[in-house]
Amino acid sequence: MEIQKFSYDNKIVKYFAYATVIWGIIGMTVGLIAALQLAFPEFFNDYLGFSFLSFGRIRPLHTNAVIFAFVGNGIFMGVHYSLQRLLKARMWSDKLSYINFWGWQLIIVCAVATLPFGITSSKEYAELEWWIDIMIAGIWVVWGWNMFATILARRVKHLYVAIWFYIATFVTVAILHIFNSFELPVSFFKSYSWYAGVQDALVQWWYGHNAVAFFLTTPYLGLMYYFVPKAAQRPVYSYRLSIIHFWALIFIYIWAGPHHLLYTSLPDWAQSLGVAFSIMLIAPSWGGMLNGLLTMRGAWDRVRDNVLLKFMVVALTSYGMATFEGPLLSLKNVNMISHFTDWTIAHVHVGGLGWNGMMTFGMLYWLFPRMFRVELYSKKLANQHFWIATLGIILYAVPMYIAGFMQGLMWQDFNPDGTLVNADFLKMVDAMKPYYMLRSLGGLLYIIGAIMMFYNLIKTAKSGNFLENEAAEAPMLQQTEYAPVKGEYWHRAIERKPIRFMVVAIVVVAIGGLVEIVPTLIVKSNIPTIASVKPYTPLELEGRDLYVKEGCYNCHSQMVRPLRFETARYGEYSKSGEFVYDHPFQWGSKRTGPDLAREGGLRSNYWHYRHMANPKEVSPGSIMPAYTWMKTNDLDVTILDRKIRAMQTLGVPYPKGYDKIALKDLKIQAELIATDIVKNLPKEVQKNLNIPKEIANLKKKEIVALIAYLQRLGMDIKVQQNADKSTAKN
Amino acid sequence: MGMIYIMLVVSLVIALFFLVSFFWATKSGQFDDDYTPSVRILFDDESTQNANNQLENKQIDGNSEV
Repeated sequence: MEIQKFSYDNKIVKYFAYATVIWGIIGMTVGLIAALQLAFPEFFNDYLGFSFLSFGRIRPLHTNAVIFAFVGNGIFMGVHYSLQRLLKARMWSDKLSYINFWGWQLIIVCAVATLPFGITSSKEYAELEWWIDIMIAGIWVVWGWNMFATILARRVKHLYVAIWFYIATFVTVAILHIFNSFELPVSFFKSYSWYAGVQDALVQWWYGHNAVAFFLTTPYLGLMYYFVPKAAQRPVYSYRLSIIHFWALIFIYIWAGPHHLLYTSLPDWAQSLGVAFSIMLIAPSWGGMLNGLLTMRGAWDRVRDNVLLKFMVVALTSYGMATFEGPLLSLKNVNMISHFTDWTIAHVHVGGLGWNGMMTFGMLYWLFPRMFRVELYSKKLANQHFWIATLGIILYAVPMYIAGFMQGLMWQDFNPDGTLVNADFLKMVDAMKPYYMLRSLGGLLYIIGAIMMFYNLIKTAKSGNFLENEAAEAPMLQQTEYAPVKGEYWHRAIERKPIRFMVVAIVVVAIGGLVEIVPTLIVKSNIPTIASVKPYTPLELEGRDLYVKEGCYNCHSQMVRPLRFETARYGEYSKSGEFVYDHPFQWGSKRTGPDLAREGGLRSNYWHYRHMANPKEVSPGSIMPAYTWMKTNDLDVTILDRKIRAMQTLGVPYPKGYDKIALKDLKIQAELIATDIVKNLPKEVQKNLNIPKEIANLKKKEIVALIAYLQRLGMDIKVQQNADKSTAKN
Repeated sequence: MGMIYIMLVVSLVIALFFLVSFFWATKSGQFDDDYTPSVRILFDDESTQNANNQLENKQIDGNSEV
């Protein structure tokens, strides 16, 4: 057999490694800013009340940065290092590797350049606008292309378990991303989701949950199967377990999405399906966790001295905790308490900071000394990083668990006479203060640790000698070996045929997705139509787009669950038929502030006007940012006609030719609201004003459109109820 | 709501398919060699050690990029 000489590309690994660290620190810092805004709202309002820094715009930037920039680059870093060595082949094309690298960084820069300015689709973890979505799909395919070509040109017959995880990651994320990003562009900066209401919610959380599953979990499990055995210098505990838990994990994960929508207007059977599969998930998840931890069996003494093993042990433990908690949170009775609270935030940060963060740090500490062929600059500093990061996770998670549990219980507290104990939502907001402060401290510690690591790695790199192309040699894989061997086992055959393997993986994943999504898309009975639900007026539609732009959904839900404590607080529970014109849906996932599904008609236009300009003035103790710019910014109506036409394309029944007269209707409604607000201004203020001029000025502003939308929320159902009442009387 | 029955059947068929596949695979010895691959990944570095040392010397002689 001919021995071939070749080399591994370390330079691309180094590029991704630096990108991981730098974007990681940036993404975490953005998260810290968001956390501080909740802990010290006055300071941000008084000194940093910029629109681009407001919580609703910063929080999506944080989630996108840590998921796609930090973990995303971490995935590419680990895959480019391990894949080459597992296959004994250089990445198929250096050119594709660098297109992959620079393309991904460009996407991240585009995210930074759009999200803080309110250019968003509002679908959580998929907020980026349509043209960035297309870029993501393109670069993702470049990565897959390079990976599969490398697999085809490999010099090792057997595909190690890590590679299966990489393949599953590529295939599934591609499908999820494309399905969830179906949107109709209206302009360069604006698009509407193809789906509406319940369907949009189902597709979004099918994606949202699997972003966790196939972006934060499967690739990192693959990396774990490479780096943990390497670091511990012993084979993985059970290779057999790795095979079983891989297949089980990818098959079950895809069904779990609806557990994000328990007690919502999603059809009940879809919810139950999500719950059942979420509970099953505990087995394959723990299979991975135990397999990783037990790899250390008989070598636990090494964990004492080897700092990167410490990082990996905490990562695996966090993974185990998060995947035990996940199924619990998917139980309806637990979810009733935890949903919309900070409990969810605690849960994802155990996964994010613990599993992804600590595993990434471990990989970095392992890679740098090897690629720079030098000892780590300071083991002591790395050890300090480990302890400060672990402490940071605890200081983050524990207060948020307490906060979430408190919120969940305070919401449901009833007096003996059947009234709510905490009828005033601000009581709960106020109770959160110390926990928000502590969590900020936890986050700060974690970032300090990451910066210490950055320093340590740079020092290591400076003192080392970087090996750009690592020479290797291996016998060529005989072409004939691809042919099936008689009596061979089917799984072995798949392992040697990556394309066939990919097809099988696609089929497995697609079955789950299709069975769950297609029915709700096509079965009309899932969406009982309500006659009184009408499309939004042009002004309300523009107001809704502002609601999306400001990211209101980050703190306010629009989903009253059919639970006594919810209906007592907010009113009639939400029906699926109410959302048929909602492109995209705005149910939200967190209630830092109260639900808004029944907000319409509760308060005056003037109250909203004051509240948006300065929330604390009308709601003492509110931590909502002041949206002062909405009072001064003119409403942009230049693409209103296009928006109406887009809505018509999506099936919203505006009359034919309505796009031409929509602007007229918008102006009439704006004038009514502006007049109402100005007429309600205090008498002494009115005295000094030129009333007609003031109305003419106000009616053009963004705030009028937003108020129009807020006043519409839930009104359709109220109209229906009043009609029902009057017929009952007759 | 007839959809729920279709979904139940589809789910059960898929679950059964995987269960049967798993039993069949185990029985037919698919997992007989479930050790070698896990050990093999630990050794791939060592065979290239010498080549890298040579390369290292060359690089230091040639361009001293650090």
